[in-house]
Amino acid sequence: MLGLEFPPISELVEWKSFGPGGLNKVGLIYVVSALLTIAFFMTAVAKGRKQRVPTGVAAIAESSVDFVRNQIIMQTMGTEGMVYLPLLATMFFFIFFSNIFEIIPGVQFPANARIAMPIVLALLVWLIFNVAGIVKQGPIQYFKGILFPPGVPKALYLLVTPIELVSTLLVRPLSLSVRLFANMLAGHLILATFAVLSAALFSASISIVVMPFSFLLLVFLMGFEILVSFLQAFIFTILAAVYIGGAVHPEH
Amino acid sequence: MSALRLLAEQDPGELVEGLTAVGRGIVYGGAAIGPGIGIGIVVGNAITAMARQPESAGVVRTTMFLGIAFTEALALFGFVLSFIISG
Repeated sequence: MLGLEFPPISELVEWKSFGPGGLNKVGLIYVVSALLTIAFFMTAVAKGRKQRVPTGVAAIAESSVDFVRNQIIMQTMGTEGMVYLPLLATMFFFIFFSNIFEIIPGVQFPANARIAMPIVLALLVWLIFNVAGIVKQGPIQYFKGILFPPGVPKALYLLVTPIELVSTLLVRPLSLSVRLFANMLAGHLILATFAVLSAALFSASISIVVMPFSFLLLVFLMGFEILVSFLQAFIFTILAAVYIGGAVHPEH
Repeated sequence: MSALRLLAEQDPGELVEGLTAVGRGIVYGGAAIGPGIGIGIVVGNAITAMARQPESAGVVRTTMFLGIAFTEALALFGFVLSFIISG
């Protein structure tokens, strides 16, 4: 036996609803992070109009939009992808805010550890890159580009076409949503495990020697989870940009 | 033989519960082997590229994260599957 009570996973991720329409903690976090994203950019715009040199919120917003433009769009789509800058910037901040609640004391739950919103976002990206590809290339050319990639010997199409069909239209949204969801769930479980272990060591008298180390590891993992929640928002956004870029600019 | 008799005397519910736990462990452990090696290869080669050409570090870093994301997805499928499995 483990020797200590570890909470079952349903207690770690399921919350009672308290509001209208079954609103619970997860839904509330999503509402708050959507409002935070809106407020962040609205304040930045309102302040940036008045100031010649942006300070405070406006400076952070400007450098983060610059980050999305230089690190995400320019690397994957080039200047033509600037149309998608508002979509990708808001998507990045929405995912980042709902992830970062993982380490905020008193909340300590990454809303993306429930799979509903990652699936919705992944389906949104799926819809956008398909529609963008069909509008840009025309439906026949677009699906021909997906199913029969150029530069492949004719006989190999027997093998390549089913693989491309499954990987482009089915696995892409699935892996996009599962990646975000599973990373946040794993981070939440790790933090819960080390918190339970630290609490158990607090009560045992003999282990007072090792207690500081387990607590320090918990603090270190908190810092690591900040990195993970930033990285997952970045990866989700950059993969969305790669998929849209691939649909708009086919391989030749 | 005595081990088999012990198994036969077990309550079937307990047996299923125990074997489910073993199966969950095997699923996640097995799913983590390949991506572990894969991420090692991706990051190792990215470091080599950055060391040889420090001026291209930005592009290499972006591509490295993409490669990690694609490789890691398989381990995460295993992680999710290990929760889905139930006795």
